[in-house]
Amino acid sequence: MLTKEEIEGLIEKYGNKRSSLIRIMQEIQKKAGYLPKEDLAVLSQQINIPLSKIYGIATFYHQFRLKPFGKHVIQVCHGTACHVKGNDVLWDFLREKLKLRGSEDTTDDLLFTVQKARCFGACSMAPVIKIDNEIYGNMTKEKIEEILKKYS
Amino acid sequence: MSEEKLIQEFQKAEDVLFNGHQYRITVGVSTCSLAKGADKVLEKTKEEIVKRGIDANVVRVGCNGMCYSEVNLEIIKRDGSWAVYSYLTPDKVPNVLDAFFSGSSEYVFAFRRKMGTLKGEEQVPYLTEIPFYGKQTRRILELVGIIDPLNISEYEAFGGYDGLKSALSKTPDEVIDIVKKSMLRGRGGAGFSTGLKWTFVKNASGNEKYVICNADEGDPGAFMNRLTAEGNPHSIVEGHAIAGYAVGASKGYIFVRAEKPLMAEMLSKAIEQARSKGYLGKNIFGTSFSYDIEVILSAGAFVCGEETALIAAIEGNRAMPRPRPPYPATKGLFGKPTLVNNVETLAHVSYLFRKGLENFISVGSEKSKGTKVFCLAGNVQCPGAAEVPLGTSLRTLIFDIGGGVPKGRRFKAVQTGGPSGGCIPEAYLDYALDYETLASIGSIMGSGGLVVLDNTSCIVDVARYFLTFTSAESCGQCVPCRIGLQKMLEIMDKIVQGDGTENDLFLLESWARKVADSSLCALGQTAPNPILTTLKYFREEYEEHVRDKKCRANKCLKLVLKARLPKK
Repeated sequence: MLTKEEIEGLIEKYGNKRSSLIRIMQEIQKKAGYLPKEDLAVLSQQINIPLSKIYGIATFYHQFRLKPFGKHVIQVCHGTACHVKGNDVLWDFLREKLKLRGSEDTTDDLLFTVQKARCFGACSMAPVIKIDNEIYGNMTKEKIEEILKKYS
Repeated sequence: MSEEKLIQEFQKAEDVLFNGHQYRITVGVSTCSLAKGADKVLEKTKEEIVKRGIDANVVRVGCNGMCYSEVNLEIIKRDGSWAVYSYLTPDKVPNVLDAFFSGSSEYVFAFRRKMGTLKGEEQVPYLTEIPFYGKQTRRILELVGIIDPLNISEYEAFGGYDGLKSALSKTPDEVIDIVKKSMLRGRGGAGFSTGLKWTFVKNASGNEKYVICNADEGDPGAFMNRLTAEGNPHSIVEGHAIAGYAVGASKGYIFVRAEKPLMAEMLSKAIEQARSKGYLGKNIFGTSFSYDIEVILSAGAFVCGEETALIAAIEGNRAMPRPRPPYPATKGLFGKPTLVNNVETLAHVSYLFRKGLENFISVGSEKSKGTKVFCLAGNVQCPGAAEVPLGTSLRTLIFDIGGGVPKGRRFKAVQTGGPSGGCIPEAYLDYALDYETLASIGSIMGSGGLVVLDNTSCIVDVARYFLTFTSAESCGQCVPCRIGLQKMLEIMDKIVQGDGTENDLFLLESWARKVADSSLCALGQTAPNPILTTLKYFREEYEEHVRDKKCRANKCLKLVLKARLPKK
């Protein structure tokens, strides 16, 4: 969570206007790891945009998240090239490996969050996964297992 | 530019490029090569150079588009040989350096320049003899993989920003006239005449105008914009400023996709450098023209690629398209006249003004001049990005340049234009790649992503994949797109699970036509294309799924399993 002053600072930096809203939300998420409800409420008051509208923005864009992330975020590319090269098998394998059920996307110990990603544009290396800021290409089940060890 | 010309220009720029050193070593670093450890190759090279006391300028460059052979490293001796090394890993770097500096051409993948000074040079081909590279016409990619994207002096040494200078010496009308004569058309997909679009914005009333560069490259399978921006961001900045001058804008934006942060970083740094050199800011080249560009990172939504949705996103709203007209040219960002151009379009503009009209129109088809970068991915031997004249055949691109499908497999189809495009079967491979031809066979040029499918891919499964994509990315505003795509997906689910009937195929087609006819924006209007083209060209595969409960590629697992269970 950010302090009220931090949020005010962001509004000052980007300007108290509608077109700054998304950028401020991106900054909040960068700092807090997600969009805490309390922060959005403060933002709503300070920038004078209804909380419902801000919620509308937060749920529209893929990047925004209303729940905390795990320590490491694993994104499995779901682009065409990755699909053709069998990313669905990797996806199921990864979720099973991390014991994720139903609509869960984060492990109980908050170590990993698994997400589907749109194309990273590294199609020549398909199938591709990205862990935090690191991209791994030509993935197989075995490689995933190997790589996960590095992070746990 | 031909390879000869490139090497000539390189020679002229040698003082800058070698920066006082005897050798220049470049490593291609971009999003795709990073996945293969390009940063580690670069680090290792720097270490080894110091260790060996070699007098070399080690430079990070963009990816030359040969993604299949990454990591690529080039060693150039001043007035000497120019060797290209491929498929590198950090541990191979010492061997490569040992070989080159002991006068051997071992490990060399190809030469750009041979001087007969290395042993065995004659047995190694020239880079132009490698089909993937040699069969291209590289224009906007000409310097990608050659220059340091973050060193503006290297771009200048190749005549960078001369295009802007030349444009500013003309009146805006003269500039637009040149763009019209070049017959340049939007490279983002729709192929609208760039000159005409510029005229509309210029003639729109109002003192405040904006130019937006659409860098929301969202089609899965398309990465040419990323490659250009990561390898030569200045060419985009230059084109952007020329567009701003022509239409009378003073402020520009580049809207970059959330998933491609490196691209945003490169563009931001390029803009800063251009500012410090006076190519952006107040009174550019001493004229009365002032212009600045701001990079905006999208929060992630495929529909942002649609221009009115993109504008809504910059304004701080949900990215929902609105009906056109009014077009952004008259009423766009903050209600002001706005020009929206794709990254590649702007890169072509800077090429046009650097090299001149005659050079520009020397290649291309009758109605579409110039080149286009296509991205090859999927089941193809040499995935990567290749630039060819518009009008080149699909066969040339996929088989001559891309090397065809992997050995022992059969080509089935090529998917062009991403989720809005269609699957084109073998019978049409000799058709030319231009806007009209692709539209006539039910697909679109789109951004230029080509995903190759072979006999191990199930066409029904691929078509269903695109529906999962577009139905999830529908902004939900208009009913045909929101409900229609969902309905179509439900039918496709039935089919791949082995519960489809022949009536479902009829229903699917009928839904597809309705969604295409009645959706508000291009996302919904084109989303049925993958379904419609596969139903047209590969109907028998659909029929096998619903009638015989058979999937020839064994991809639709539930169907395959169900068919094998004993009947009750």
